[in-house]
Amino acid sequence: MGWLQRSASDTQVTHRDRLWLYVVAAIIMLLLVIPTFIVIPMSFSDSQYLEFPPNHWSVRWYDEYFGSSKWMRATVTSFQIGVLTMLVATPLGTAAAYALFVSGHRAARAVFMFLITPMIVPVILIAIGAFYAFGRVGLNNTITGLVLAHTVLAAPLVMIVITAALRSYDLNQELVARSLGASRFKAFFLITLPQIKFSVVTAALLSFLTSFDEVIIAIFVSGGVNATLTKHMFAALRDYIDPTIAAISTIMVLVSSVLLLATQFIGNRQK
Amino acid sequence: MANDSNQSAQASTALPIHIQGLTKRYGQMYALDSVDLEIRSGEFLTLLGPSGSGKTTLLMAIAGFNRPDAGSIRFGDTEMILTPPHKRDVGMVFQSYALFPHMSVAENVAFPLKLRKIGAAECAERVAEALATVQLSEFGERGIDQLSGGQRQRVALARAFVFGPRILLMDEPLSALDKKLREHMQIELKHLHEKLGVTTVYVTHDQREALTMSDRIAVINDGRLAQVDTPHAIYNHPANAFVADFIGESTMLPLSRDSVGRLTFGDQAVTAEAPADAAADHLLVVRPERLFVLGAEAADPEKTIRFDGTVREFVFQGETAFALVVVDDRYELSVRFSTDSASSQNELQPGDRVSLGLHREDLITIPDSA
Repeated sequence: MGWLQRSASDTQVTHRDRLWLYVVAAIIMLLLVIPTFIVIPMSFSDSQYLEFPPNHWSVRWYDEYFGSSKWMRATVTSFQIGVLTMLVATPLGTAAAYALFVSGHRAARAVFMFLITPMIVPVILIAIGAFYAFGRVGLNNTITGLVLAHTVLAAPLVMIVITAALRSYDLNQELVARSLGASRFKAFFLITLPQIKFSVVTAALLSFLTSFDEVIIAIFVSGGVNATLTKHMFAALRDYIDPTIAAISTIMVLVSSVLLLATQFIGNRQK
Repeated sequence: MANDSNQSAQASTALPIHIQGLTKRYGQMYALDSVDLEIRSGEFLTLLGPSGSGKTTLLMAIAGFNRPDAGSIRFGDTEMILTPPHKRDVGMVFQSYALFPHMSVAENVAFPLKLRKIGAAECAERVAEALATVQLSEFGERGIDQLSGGQRQRVALARAFVFGPRILLMDEPLSALDKKLREHMQIELKHLHEKLGVTTVYVTHDQREALTMSDRIAVINDGRLAQVDTPHAIYNHPANAFVADFIGESTMLPLSRDSVGRLTFGDQAVTAEAPADAAADHLLVVRPERLFVLGAEAADPEKTIRFDGTVREFVFQGETAFALVVVDDRYELSVRFSTDSASSQNELQPGDRVSLGLHREDLITIPDSA
């Protein structure tokens, strides 16, 4: 157990002195993730009902999920909307972050705060607003409508990620590029974008996840053939509780975890 | 200064810059206040001034990165005020170098050539030539993070001149380097300028750098040009108190007038005739290194002005020794002595009486603008 004697940082504190901290941190992490991971064993139950721990194991609920055209259609819808939200929110958020960062206008900060308010406002308010607004223009229950509403949530995330990236970037490089003969447009695409590309990819993945996980707005403005996976899950929980939900949840946790790990991995590459 | 044969040889690459009435306001503050400046074809002109004087604003206006409120900037005969930076064909070197970290050294230098759609073979040739000029031939494949500060500086330079710009602009390019390297690069930049013959505008707040490198210096203060002249003239014939004070060390002594209007210091006449500007008060500018200790023998008053005083401070500083001498119980004269072992002034102590001489040909008088 030699590592216990070694220093834990650039101070005299050893790992032994820090042991209590590691234990507390581990407990907090468990408390955070157990509610998420508890669905995983539940999804492999043989029972008709959600139970923990399961008495008998089976993969019947996965068969149920993959065999159901309703669930499959909802899954495809969720992926469609996620990808479209990513494709709309990433360029929009990046352009907004870049413009506000570069402008130096005294209103830039206020505009930035205004644009990220969807992160602060309760989502239910956005959902209600979108529902009534979309009702007037016939966007309820359409893919377009849900993509627009999800973009409202995802674009602020993109803006925050891209602004952070621009802060550690020397904008003089663009001035140099322009003095060397590049238009502003070329200077951005040839010099700035290649250097913040990992942040852009991270922002894109986060946009996808924002849409893919989203349930409140989906409940209000999606429906019919364009209902998302999360909306169906919510409805299923209300009407009849069966472990298919746990199976789907497990798959969603898997998808989200992989994407989040990807953003972490990409973030590290940038440094 | 560029002579005529030099100018004709470089006519294809160098352009004069004509600046007239250039004004730039930020709110109520004038960053540039109706600046007129003629930059000659092929010369090395330095914009020298304290921070906030407007020198960088002027450089950025020439580069096209800010839009002046009034005035004209012409490259040769072409008005440039409305031309965006990327169409001005100007090479620029920034203080931060701003090399592109996602490209190799060679790709950085090739960047302006690629934008000009120059073919791969010629591009490679010109990059190699530019890297050879800055003595980095072996470094083309390196990444930017594998270079030292001085090497980065050279890459930034190569990138700025590789496409044959008509004008080269530099914004304090050496200020991030340590003193030794900076002095070395000053000489190197000077040689590079002689080789390229391109009109160069250089911004610095370092007067020694300006004096070392420039054909001419434009001293700028509060958005106005205080004086534009050769380093020699700027130092030896400052036009006003700001230039006299900003360039070099100096002590300024108020002068009186005698009955015929000549300027005097105490009972010694400083000028042989009354100055042209008869009404104004005048100051005597004394450069510390031009003073010398008078021996026992009396100096010839026809050739020398004499200051009798008391040493207040005496500090050894390596290549020179610095003294403060109080004259007439009122004026503190800064004095620099050489420190060679033969000098008698090495033994000066605070409190000693000393007589200092100043040759009449070293006299500088200026109108007191304050």
